[in-house]
Amino acid sequence: MKKWKYLTMTAVMGSALMLGACGKDDATQNGSTGDTSTQETAGQESADKKLQGAVAGDGSSTVAPIIEAVVEEYAGAQPDVKVSVGVSGTGGGFEKFIAGETDFSNASRPIKDEEKAKLDEAGIAFTELALAYDGLSVVVNPENDWAKDLTVDQLKKIWIEDGTEKKWSDIDPSWPAEKIVFYSPGTDSGTYDYFDEVILDGADLAKTATLSEDDNMLVQGVAGDKNAIGFFGYAYYLENKDKLAIVKIDGVEPTGDTIQSGEYKPLSRPLFTYVKNSAMKDNAAAYDFIKYTIENAGAMADAVGYVALPEEKYQEALTTLEGLK
Amino acid sequence: MRYMDDAVVMKRMAKRITFNKVWKSLFFAATAFALVALAILLYRIVSQGAGYLTFDFLTNFASRFANKAGIKAALIGSLWLMAVVAPVSIILGVGTAVYLEEYAKKNKLNDFIRMNISNLAGVPSIVFGLLGLTIFVRMLGLGKSVLAAGFTMSLLILPVIIVAAQEAIRAVPNEQREASYGMGATKWQTILRVVLPAAIPGILTGSILALSRAIGETAPLVVIGIPVILQFLPNSLLSQFTALPMQIYDWAKRPQEAFQYVAAAGILVLMVVLLLMNSIAIFIRNKFQKRY
Repeated sequence: MKKWKYLTMTAVMGSALMLGACGKDDATQNGSTGDTSTQETAGQESADKKLQGAVAGDGSSTVAPIIEAVVEEYAGAQPDVKVSVGVSGTGGGFEKFIAGETDFSNASRPIKDEEKAKLDEAGIAFTELALAYDGLSVVVNPENDWAKDLTVDQLKKIWIEDGTEKKWSDIDPSWPAEKIVFYSPGTDSGTYDYFDEVILDGADLAKTATLSEDDNMLVQGVAGDKNAIGFFGYAYYLENKDKLAIVKIDGVEPTGDTIQSGEYKPLSRPLFTYVKNSAMKDNAAAYDFIKYTIENAGAMADAVGYVALPEEKYQEALTTLEGLK
Repeated sequence: MRYMDDAVVMKRMAKRITFNKVWKSLFFAATAFALVALAILLYRIVSQGAGYLTFDFLTNFASRFANKAGIKAALIGSLWLMAVVAPVSIILGVGTAVYLEEYAKKNKLNDFIRMNISNLAGVPSIVFGLLGLTIFVRMLGLGKSVLAAGFTMSLLILPVIIVAAQEAIRAVPNEQREASYGMGATKWQTILRVVLPAAIPGILTGSILALSRAIGETAPLVVIGIPVILQFLPNSLLSQFTALPMQIYDWAKRPQEAFQYVAAAGILVLMVVLLLMNSIAIFIRNKFQKRY
């Protein structure tokens, strides 16, 4: 009997101590971030008042690194605004946006008509804001010395599902008669949708393709097989240049310049965030965060492996946002 | 009189010894396979993650710079989650077990309930995530809060706790109950003062192992849509939060190689938390088990 009581007491005291410790930790941390932010921002933002509130977002994992960087910086500028962003993929993000659970939704493709219709139905007015460019990069194994430069037509021939097991020689007779091995991002990603839309006009992608939500799996897959071909965001190519060979599309290689100028086409794509108009109007914290995002998206995009939009596009977006207030 | 013929025994002995040895080595290989896999896993994780596992890693928020990235939000978030899951699932689980073992009559309905609890233990965790999203996040309007995620996780591990508690209660010798009744105790007094104290080691061991599962579970959190990118700690049960497995998965998907190591450091933190919880379970079992 005594042990029973002793045990209950220990459990109660233990949990009290643990929660107490968390609380203390919380308090000191808030204190210290408060201190540093006043130091850092004393000059530039002393005029701005400190905001409070919560902002919720969700969406594309491609856009996530940019948003993460912005959120990190924003926490220094406005420590009392609680920004939380999920990474459910473009489609998953829109689903939550339609359910009214988020103030903004990140997307690596433009919104689909059916999603628009559902938003209308839910009575949610939204605005599209571009944040950066990404060059969808088509890559092959470094030992692949034939597919260095593909036309859009060849790319379509390679990736389309036509019921046959395709060999490289089917695309060009001078290429080896080896089976093509496909690696593609998962169907819930905007990357898949975008590629499917612009290269295959919405037709089915080769059924033998290995699909993965984790782009590092695709990198490893292509790096490990001489006959492999795959595609994913530019950042993943940049980080794995030594293991992969990039494919030029109609003679143009994706680089910061060709992606920004649109010369690398059709696979250079804008990354978006869709904001809920009512949140911009009613929630000062949400408006401030989105404004901060647009102001800093270019620099952050460069820092995490994407390409900034031309400066005037950000100015346009700021004007659009101003109109929502 | 001799029943065994030495010659025959000796003739077959060599064959039998070899047979024995073959099976012994096969079973040893089976054991070694699991151990080697564990050793490789541990070596890989430790060699990759140890470099990033500093004190700052525990006290920093996530960052776009691998060397500044920290796990604070996820670690504290997971502790908050456990602070909801532990009381909810243990109280509901032990209550159900007491009802089923001590009160429920043996009839078709209760057999049906028992069978379905066992079935529930086998339902994939992602299904519980969908349930949580529909009921707690949307219908009850709890949002993506600690409370909503905690309730979902509680439902997920509830069947495991019920089954463990049932076993523990069933293992209490019936003589003890009869002795208690014989002394004039009521049914409730018997349960509270005789049955539950005797069953506590089994109940707690089962519960802590179930909680260890909850802390490493990712799928329900993904379905609920728990955010990954945030720079604040939860301050109430209705706060948004993130959890260890979500944060680790997010890092593992990053293009930069350094984040793979950060993810490994995160896994180390998760494993230490798990090992701590499991050793508490072992400690409790050893301390309270020698009752009879």
